[in-house]
Amino acid sequence: MKFIKQALVVTALAAAACSAYAQEQFIPAIDYRVGPYAAGGSGFFGGAIDYMTLVNEKGGINGVKLVWEECESEYNPTRGVECYERLKKKNGGAALVEPLSTGIAYGILDRVAQDKIPMTTLGYGRSDAADGRVFPYVFPLITSYWDQAAAMIKYLGDKAGGLDKLKGKKIVHLYHDSAFGKEPLPVLDAYAQKLGFELIKIPVAHPGNEQQAQWLQIRQAKPDYVILWGWGVMNATALKSAQRNGYPREKILGVWWAGSEEDVIPAGEAAKGYTTMTFNTPGNYPVLDEIRKKVYAAGKGNLEDKSRIGSVYHMRGVTAAILWTEAIRKAQEKYGKGKVMTGEQVRWGFENLNVDDARLKALGAFGMMPPVKTSCLDHEGSGAAKVQQWDGVKWKAVTPNWITGDKAMIRKMVEESAAKYAVEKKITPRDCSKEG
Amino acid sequence: MQFFFEVLIAGLLSGVMYSLVALGFVLIYKASGVFNFAQGSMVYFAALTAVGLHDKGLSLWLSVPLTMVVMVVLALLIEKIVLRPLVAQPEISLFMATIGLSFFIEGLAQAIWGANVRALDLGIEDVPLEWVLEKANMAISQFDLIAAGIATVLVATLALFFSRTKIGRALRAVADDHQAALSIGIPLQHIWGIVWSVAGFVALVAGLLWGSRNGVQFALTFVALKALPVLILGGFTSVPGAIVGGLIIGASEKLAEVFLGPYVGGGLEGWFPYVLALLFLLIRPEGLFGEKIIRRI
Repeated sequence: MKFIKQALVVTALAAAACSAYAQEQFIPAIDYRVGPYAAGGSGFFGGAIDYMTLVNEKGGINGVKLVWEECESEYNPTRGVECYERLKKKNGGAALVEPLSTGIAYGILDRVAQDKIPMTTLGYGRSDAADGRVFPYVFPLITSYWDQAAAMIKYLGDKAGGLDKLKGKKIVHLYHDSAFGKEPLPVLDAYAQKLGFELIKIPVAHPGNEQQAQWLQIRQAKPDYVILWGWGVMNATALKSAQRNGYPREKILGVWWAGSEEDVIPAGEAAKGYTTMTFNTPGNYPVLDEIRKKVYAAGKGNLEDKSRIGSVYHMRGVTAAILWTEAIRKAQEKYGKGKVMTGEQVRWGFENLNVDDARLKALGAFGMMPPVKTSCLDHEGSGAAKVQQWDGVKWKAVTPNWITGDKAMIRKMVEESAAKYAVEKKITPRDCSKEG
Repeated sequence: MQFFFEVLIAGLLSGVMYSLVALGFVLIYKASGVFNFAQGSMVYFAALTAVGLHDKGLSLWLSVPLTMVVMVVLALLIEKIVLRPLVAQPEISLFMATIGLSFFIEGLAQAIWGANVRALDLGIEDVPLEWVLEKANMAISQFDLIAAGIATVLVATLALFFSRTKIGRALRAVADDHQAALSIGIPLQHIWGIVWSVAGFVALVAGLLWGSRNGVQFALTFVALKALPVLILGGFTSVPGAIVGGLIIGASEKLAEVFLGPYVGGGLEGWFPYVLALLFLLIRPEGLFGEKIIRRI
């Protein structure tokens, strides 16, 4: 009898444990909090974890709590792939993955499709992955590099008094000499040909902590604008070098990875007036106040330095987590509310996202990011960006509305490039008309 | 022609900044015959400590000397824990130890002060000198000129220290043969402690100048990469060689980037100094000012 009682207790405990386990959705956090890009990694994943904590504080997603495990990649592709392999099957399997690194994203691109785990690459990675027919498990959400480059030209055109006014102007593309820096070249070349401006390409060798030669060339060329496509120490160095060569910072337009507080504060006065692209409108939002109140006040905040709440990287992390949780919520609507979703089901959620203004308002993030509506054909969901300017203390939006470039031209380039990739990898593109 | 000279001057001034980092390598090499892989990490550690103390509310006048004290303590600990057990061991063992040390120092710096990027304002404006800009239409930064001045004073002081002082001569003896130096009564531990402290001081100066220029961040460890070709060119054992090597590397990489770059797609700065250093190695393996070693077989 005693044995039966003990067995019953053990069975009950195991069942309870299983039931608790069944209500947890696992998200691996392949992050980087040390090394050369720690500022980006800690801010982004700090924001994402803060938002997921907030969701849990409010009862999870229809009762399903989010759990995560961090793995330090140091922005190193080899370590990143190792982290992915270590975490992908943990806690019942990963719902999604976000490596925040083009190198790691490339490293696991084929693996995520095999493992049926959706990968988000917010504002980075392969631009042609926006074509969901060829890349069913990759989601370059909000805006890809190509759409960003197109939005840059739109903004510079507006600044000049119209796109036609760019004819005969000189634009320097100062870029990190890597796949990241070269990614927008097809778009910039196409625009240069279409609009008749001169595009001067000047690479900067990694890590970019010495740029006097490049800025002397810029001084010599006397360009109308400089597009700064940098990352890490390259950005502050570029701003300092611009100052020492007397180039006005107001004429420099940075990529969004060159537009955080960590990029401008080290440059001091040299950064004043500098503009960059962004997919978040700088400012404060109800969702950030909620994070302060319900997460940090309860001692559950992820960032040591509370002043980083609402910073560019933190807000970008919050944005990512909003889209992750909305995808899980969407998947639950189809596959069962209050249930733990598989990677494949979450992929469907990502493909059917509709985070419109009304939803953003409900989430306390209205205006913080552009509305996102994805489909089988379009894994990007927006293509919009804004321009922000550093006033010496904080970022301020200088474009009141979201701007987009020539979307039709970019879509054509995306489809051509994706089709090429499909042939190369022997992928049969999905027929979106048959997708549910 | 005016543009050529502008690029040349900018290159020479950049070269001085490389020399500052190269000096730290030379010091350790002179004392132990070992290439100190951890020099870049020491630059980062020193700059982060100085700015970290400054952020805690101390003035720079206080945080910089305090950092120097920290660097001396670090040097003594390195000597006691890492170097002393390796006396008379093959040089490769010492080199491997400095690799480990490099990762340890990087981790320690981030564990103590965090990995955030920080600004450092030394009060020296990094803007072009107006009268040069007006008269010659050249953008010469006053920050670079001051940095060049500091490097020159540092090199002159260290050159005198090595050639005119007892410690300097003892140091050269230690570099030649640890055991022979010990047998004639040269206190090896004492010498290594001093040299690593001086290398710490050089790292602090380099860290402050580079940190003020680009921000105090992990990428400071990469400036060591710029020092390697300087050392190959100038010689691993020569203090003046570090400065001459720096000037040659700085000037040649800038001229190559500006005038050859457009023909090969740019981005030469990353590899051109190494090619140049390699060519020098073929002609003069000991570098311009290095000691020529003749071994009898």
